[in-house]
Amino acid sequence: MEYILIIISAIFVNNIVLAKFLGICPFLGVSNKVETSIGMTGAVAFVMVIATIVTYLIQKYVLDAFGIQFMQTITFILVIASLVQLVEIILKKVSPPLYQALGIFLPLITTNCAVLGVAILTIQNDFNLMEGVVYALANSVGFGLALIIFAGLREHLDLMEVPKGMKGVPIAFIVAGLLAMAFMGFSGIV
Amino acid sequence: MKIFTKGLIKENAVFVLLLGMCPTLGVTTSAENGLGMGLATTFVLIMSNLVVSMVKNFIPDKVRIPSFIVIIAAFVTIVELSMQAYLPSLFDALGLFIPLIVVNCVILGRAEAFASKNSPLDSILDGLGMGLGFSLALTILGGVREILGSGALFGIRFMEGDGMLVFVLAPGAFLALGYLIAIMNKIKKA
Repeated sequence: MEYILIIISAIFVNNIVLAKFLGICPFLGVSNKVETSIGMTGAVAFVMVIATIVTYLIQKYVLDAFGIQFMQTITFILVIASLVQLVEIILKKVSPPLYQALGIFLPLITTNCAVLGVAILTIQNDFNLMEGVVYALANSVGFGLALIIFAGLREHLDLMEVPKGMKGVPIAFIVAGLLAMAFMGFSGIV
Repeated sequence: MKIFTKGLIKENAVFVLLLGMCPTLGVTTSAENGLGMGLATTFVLIMSNLVVSMVKNFIPDKVRIPSFIVIIAAFVTIVELSMQAYLPSLFDALGLFIPLIVVNCVILGRAEAFASKNSPLDSILDGLGMGLGFSLALTILGGVREILGSGALFGIRFMEGDGMLVFVLAPGAFLALGYLIAIMNKIKKA
């Protein structure tokens, strides 16, 4: 039951992009086509889950054990940065097709605040390891959902007649705002 | 002088370059929070630009990005700890977004694009200009949302009633920023 609550809350009620404002850069950057946003979602889900597990273990057995919690920010970002590199190298060797598909998105993930954000939130919410993994997975689904809906909307937007000054980024923000309003309809479920 | 002023309007990080969107949208529920976040980011930006430009000749090209991230993370930790000690209410309001200054693309972007190629003095000026431009953008966005959302500015109420609550909530951030960028586009063309 707890897991279901975590999942619904992370995907719909507190959507990571539309309610928590994490991961906006890729949300705006790669949301031109539905295909690329699916690729990005895959890469983010992959890194987010692994990063949450690794940072959780480090927090419990290194930072808490030695009482150096103030090193959290530095440690976590280093873990994520090296993890991204590692994932990139392993994928290249083990599964070239997957590397081809995710390749260009992987370096971008280091500066995706959603990954660091979820790692820190897992610690702040006092989740255990299993809950943390579920939370990371649910958040990456939420990220994917927002990204793919938005990409679909933007593909249609290209065909519309948008007032001159609003073309491009401004109208994208307005659409994102309307999407966020739609997601607000979910509040109160959990 | 030109290095300093270009970051304010012409290459404004938020309105023109569209960098650092997550904190921009996440913390600007009021002008005060926006200003606080902007100044914290400015400090990190100046200091990391300074250090990066001083050590640029000692860092091998391959480990450039991780080294920059460690330098930035160190200053973010300084900001985090001092804000917790001296400005606890602001610390609570900004919450998760303080450690997330690390992954603000404005900072890494300036370290990579400017500080790693220029002298320390120029880098400080660049950091100051970019940082103040970022603060300006966040304060304006925070101000607009606060006026529309709760009829107040910097916490001083000047309207009766509650205002349009939606501007304080998530969708308002997207809508307000969308219209502000549209206005900026219009001004630039004129």
